Amino acid sequence: MVWYTKSMTDERIIELELKANDIRQSIIEMLEEAGSGHTAGPLGMSDMFAALYFEVMQHDPKNPDWDERDWLFLSNGHTVPVRYATMAHAGYFPVEELLTLRKFGTRLQGHPERHALPGIEHTSGPLGTGLGQASGVATGLRLDGKKNHVFCITGDGELDCGNIWESAMFAAHNGLSNLTAIVDRNNIQINGATENVMSLEDLSGKWESFGWHVIEIDGHNIQQFVDAVNQAKAIQNKPTCIIAHTIPGKGIKEIENEFQWHGKPPTAEEEKRFLKELRTMRGKIEATHSE
Amino acid sequence: MINTKLQLHTDILDPEKLEKAATRDGFGKGLVEAGEKDERIMALCADLAESTRAHWFKEKFPERYVELGVAEQNLMAVASGLANYGKIPFAMSYAAFSPGRNWEQIRSTVALNDVPVKIIGAHAGVSVGPDGATHQALEDIATMRVLPNMIVIVPADSEEARKATLAIAINDKPSYLRLARAKTPIFTTAETLFEIGVPQVVYKPENPTVGVIACGSLVYQSILAASELSKEGIHISVMNLSTIKPMNEKMVTEFAQNVDHIVTAEEHQIHGGMGSAVAEVLGKHAPTKMSFIGMEDRYGESGDPDQLLEHFGFTKSGIIEHIKHQLKKEN
Repeated sequence: MVWYTKSMTDERIIELELKANDIRQSIIEMLEEAGSGHTAGPLGMSDMFAALYFEVMQHDPKNPDWDERDWLFLSNGHTVPVRYATMAHAGYFPVEELLTLRKFGTRLQGHPERHALPGIEHTSGPLGTGLGQASGVATGLRLDGKKNHVFCITGDGELDCGNIWESAMFAAHNGLSNLTAIVDRNNIQINGATENVMSLEDLSGKWESFGWHVIEIDGHNIQQFVDAVNQAKAIQNKPTCIIAHTIPGKGIKEIENEFQWHGKPPTAEEEKRFLKELRTMRGKIEATHSE
Repeated sequence: MINTKLQLHTDILDPEKLEKAATRDGFGKGLVEAGEKDERIMALCADLAESTRAHWFKEKFPERYVELGVAEQNLMAVASGLANYGKIPFAMSYAAFSPGRNWEQIRSTVALNDVPVKIIGAHAGVSVGPDGATHQALEDIATMRVLPNMIVIVPADSEEARKATLAIAINDKPSYLRLARAKTPIFTTAETLFEIGVPQVVYKPENPTVGVIACGSLVYQSILAASELSKEGIHISVMNLSTIKPMNEKMVTEFAQNVDHIVTAEEHQIHGGMGSAVAEVLGKHAPTKMSFIGMEDRYGESGDPDQLLEHFGFTKSGIIEHIKHQLKKEN
């Protein structure tokens, strides 16, 4: 269920789509340079990341530890290239630094580390633990009477982990309405399609039965995502789970829906083609703008 | 030969005159004291509030008590989040389950993440008693001391447990405190100093031939053994190594350099435990003949705590027998 509140103008949506396009180009560039890493997940989450950092979250790139910031936990830490790229474009650090990803001495560790880079809230990578950590922060904020919101992005494959459902019970039991989980429902995991590896459906029903308010959206529709977050913030007494249906590799036809692209980077030759495709897409988005 | 500088109990050599309490009781008191001093202190518990003594804190500060249910992995993840946010969470369960079941959450969300979660592992060792092997954690020192950033403390009595609780409440580091269920004599006093990383030589004869390095309830049993052996002309010194990590390499090395043989004594597997940690230090700085009192690569079983401690050699008589056997081998 989505409430179309139409909170943004078409111009604003186009601006955010262009940000997402910038982020996708950076993801391709940094992964080709790194020579390893995950491509499909980060590309699929680029639209939501553009919305989170440029529209939804309270945050300050010049003061990452700002007391009034919203917290973003990235439980599926392997998708961190999308976070690094978005943070660079938001002004946390120079965009050029993205090319140090996964290299010796970098602040941009292969999986994110809390102490390595300001603005990374927690070390993550081992799956299934982000929602519990986010629940801990939400508990602390509520105890102190603070209004900051806590977001936790999880993959769908990681919902196989028992720890996620322990955390789901905990957050619902405590009515943590200041917590929003965002499930990147892209239907793939390393060994194949999620429904072949370990069935997750009825996923929406699972979260509902655990006591969560559930919203299903198209994770590439920025307006839907922003509306869902607004709705999550308006819901009292229970946490909200936004199940965001996404296309892994979104934006590059060759990668879209190909689970083989879960954990590999583009080659130099592929990089050229992919960047061209993204620039063409950018042209199309801009053309919509001028119409 | 009791080290009088430490202001230990004046009747230390008479177990009948010493008050008895479990280290979990000292922890429970310490946690309430810490909570009174600092509003950031919180208690998290996985359905074991009474037996971990978390309920004392819960009664006094209900708003700062968080119940997790039987979910140790989530216990650690939530504690990590609270510590990351700025609280000082104490996470309580039995050592068999935490750190037994949630080691990876401890590694990545607490130790690598480097947030000040205080992991309280209650009911460690065979002295848990009748519950049997499933509930007798004998591997936790090994699994915690291997983690970078982690502080590992095994208090020798209830009073030391109270002080250790207050110390880890303010050390700003991931910390593991190992507790026992059984009541044991309280041989330290309120005046005995406690500092993380500073071991104490509690029994100090003039020319010791054997040095015993012990932790937990084995410290007091080693003192009794030392006193009894001295009557037979066998002189041994005893160190209370309550902080296993960070290890005070200097003091442990100096202690070993004064004796011919080091015996380590712990209610834990020999492999990877406190004795192994001492061997790592001595191998590097002062290779010394060593032998180990601990669990010999096996699990515990049901029984009365005293019966089990006796059976596995964790009492005065077991220590005396071990030392005599070692000396006989050497002569």
